[in-house]
Amino acid sequence: MIRPETEAALAEAVASADGPLRIVGGGTRSVGAPVEGAALSLAGLSGVELYEPGALTLVVRAGTPVAEVEEVLAGEGQRLAFEPMDHRALLGTEGAPTMGGVVAGNISGPRRIQVGACRDALLGVRFVDGRGQVLRNGGRVMKNVTGYDLVKLMAGSRGTLGVLSEVAMKVLPTPEAVATLTLHGAGREGAFDAMTRAMKSPFEVSGAAWVPGAGAVHLRLEGFAGSVAYRADRLIALLSDLGEVAVETGAEANAALWRAIRDVEALADLPYVWRVSMAPGALRAGIRGDLDRTARFERLYDWAGGLCWIGMSAEQAAEYAPLYGADDAVSGAVRFHRDLQGAMADPEFGGGHATLVKAPQEVRAQVSVFQPDPAPLDALARGLRAQFDPRGILNPGLMG
Amino acid sequence: MEMPAPDTAVLDRKAEIVQRLRSVLPRDAVIDDPAETRAYECDALTAYRCPPLAAVLPSTTQQVSDILRICHQEGVPVVPRGSGTSLAGGALPTADSVILGVARLNEVLEVDYDNRFIRVQSGRTNLSVTGAVEGDGFFYAPDPSSQLACAIAGNIAMNSGGAHCLKYGVTTNNLLGVTLVMMDGTVVEIGGAYLDAGGYDWLGLICGSEGQLGVVTEATLRILPKPEGARPVLMGFDSSEVAGACVADIIKAGVLPVAIEFMDRPCIRATEAFAGAGYPDCEALLIVEVEGSPAEIDEQLGLIKQIARTHNPVELRESGSEAESARIWLGRKSAFGAMGQINDYMCLDGTIPVSELPYVLRRIGEMSGEFGLDVANVFHAGDGNMHPLILFDANKPGDLERCEALGAEILKLCVEAGGCLTGEHGVGIEKRDLMNVQFDAPDIEAQLRVKDVFDPKWLLNPAKVFPLETTARRRAG
Repeated sequence: MIRPETEAALAEAVASADGPLRIVGGGTRSVGAPVEGAALSLAGLSGVELYEPGALTLVVRAGTPVAEVEEVLAGEGQRLAFEPMDHRALLGTEGAPTMGGVVAGNISGPRRIQVGACRDALLGVRFVDGRGQVLRNGGRVMKNVTGYDLVKLMAGSRGTLGVLSEVAMKVLPTPEAVATLTLHGAGREGAFDAMTRAMKSPFEVSGAAWVPGAGAVHLRLEGFAGSVAYRADRLIALLSDLGEVAVETGAEANAALWRAIRDVEALADLPYVWRVSMAPGALRAGIRGDLDRTARFERLYDWAGGLCWIGMSAEQAAEYAPLYGADDAVSGAVRFHRDLQGAMADPEFGGGHATLVKAPQEVRAQVSVFQPDPAPLDALARGLRAQFDPRGILNPGLMG
Repeated sequence: MEMPAPDTAVLDRKAEIVQRLRSVLPRDAVIDDPAETRAYECDALTAYRCPPLAAVLPSTTQQVSDILRICHQEGVPVVPRGSGTSLAGGALPTADSVILGVARLNEVLEVDYDNRFIRVQSGRTNLSVTGAVEGDGFFYAPDPSSQLACAIAGNIAMNSGGAHCLKYGVTTNNLLGVTLVMMDGTVVEIGGAYLDAGGYDWLGLICGSEGQLGVVTEATLRILPKPEGARPVLMGFDSSEVAGACVADIIKAGVLPVAIEFMDRPCIRATEAFAGAGYPDCEALLIVEVEGSPAEIDEQLGLIKQIARTHNPVELRESGSEAESARIWLGRKSAFGAMGQINDYMCLDGTIPVSELPYVLRRIGEMSGEFGLDVANVFHAGDGNMHPLILFDANKPGDLERCEALGAEILKLCVEAGGCLTGEHGVGIEKRDLMNVQFDAPDIEAQLRVKDVFDPKWLLNPAKVFPLETTARRRAG
């Protein structure tokens, strides 16, 4: 394990690498195709460089644990508003999620629909490219259009274009009050109606999720106490024809509920998990009719119905295999994955993308974990990798 | 401001090139008469002008693809143009370039309230996007001052912001998908009516690339339900430092206003003379606007006023009616026009950390004295995006040069203070040669490499954004 303690040492480690590097933050998100290579840990690059609560800005070294950042922010009544998912429960991993890992994966949570994704909160980056050169882009200010936005490019590029050494984030104040409205017994139509009405209202819903198993739609409101109470009343009236609405205003109960949704705890026991992002209206009809009819799976909807987490047991995966003349879970999962991504690529269906988030290594090695880009974009992706990582040593193969 | 010498081989072949463009476009969509190409000789940075070889006005993505393919084959530089409102010279042509204007691409293609998006052709104006949905209670959030005229294509190219982006973000935070035509004519669909695709963030990269990576012909934009109401409060302070401290305290308190606008005394006086908005005569003025129901607004403004009182304001005036709100905004919205009435001015766009506002304002005042040019400040204080207006007399020899020199010094100050050269206007040609102040050579090289991937022949808007000497070898091909 290579473990540089400074940015300069990180640059030197990349420059002198004589083979592929597997970049490791907290090691909690082994998403993507398996990577062969020497482990390069960012754990040594840790700590808050700058925090200005009055300017809502935070600059941290990439290996800084998310928990440490959240503690520092909480001290000033602030938070990472995009609510990054913690993958440990779902993937059964250990270790501590890091800020670099969150940025590299562009990891966001339920509040993404209101405040934007991780990439929207990212103000600046410092990183080491595949040549071992330290580069920077963006800065620590809220508005910046100086040159190309490589900040966004680095968010979600999972270390394939550069190794993050430092990230600057916009943070937001933690509101004084929160309330979750829960509509029980909602079927598909009622659930999508409730989430759509809430999002079309001016009441600034900061979370909208449907847990079909429990038959519950959850809608979250945050802000000053008077405002939350007012909006809760208005929203209940708006949903009154759909069923009884319960209101939870306890801070701890709310934190636990939304943490469970954020971390997809409902599907944690299943070996196969996909993440599907589409227009809510497209998902309303199900994961395209034929997949819903031919496959059995569990699901959880976030982002007002625009994000669907799909979970399959080994038994359910095996059930899908005979369609393709096989009978085992691995073959079934591989086929389901391809059909799922095929459905996303079908323009008739409105477009979207499916990512295989959790599966045994032998499945991940056989498929394109991320939704394949159309050919011209794939060519651009290869072009970018050739420019930023000409030796092909940074997480090779992870993103194609 | 230096621009590259035109390619004489292209100038010599003008007739053939125009002929080829006519073969794929309607007759009135190709403009090559020198009397008519003059209309495209500059954008809103009018100090620099050069008529293009020709201008083309496509009305379909296919036509854009055909134009780019032909120009790619012929080695002709292409300068994309939205509505020509760039303050940075982003749409300034060279004599050997074809202006690709998107004005005729102005249709609304799809409106979907359940999924909260609108899909438009990119030449549609910013305000008319909101116009298409406001009857149903929705709006498109980014609101640059030029929103009546500016095109979505230009908003995407420059990643435009506006007064309300403190709450709603800038273009890149509200863009869901684009149809992008590459320089070789390839058409690519990126994103769509969904969030956060799993591969590289192409949308993020395209947004703000100043028309150098491709031409956007269609865009899917996020629309939002209109808030129940909005109300501003106006506060006057006897120093800019105190106003700056008040801004930081408001933000820290957990209130998220939709806008915090700042004006200093020179600007207040000019706008008062021009618009008569009833502003107090003080050193610094803030307009803070919040949204929500009447009770929610009361709650937020109550807190804001409480914070303001700790800074001993000389004026604290909450709007009590629609008419009063309009009056409070009137001065701010007419600020640039007011300054234009009394002077020529150059509008800067640097952004600084909010915490540095007092220091930077004081330094700008000192520099103004050193250069003997007045500077008025009016800007988005909540996010530190400054707009110092340097006043000069275009008819006085040497004044423009002195103004540009002061402008460069102020932008360097912004960078030194931890900020950047441009917050929402873009680099264009105006700040091109200052990029070295903000970036080290390898940081610029990394950006040039991105353009190498998208536009290997360096034909799309080639003389912009980066210092000419850093791109010379690439532009020469």
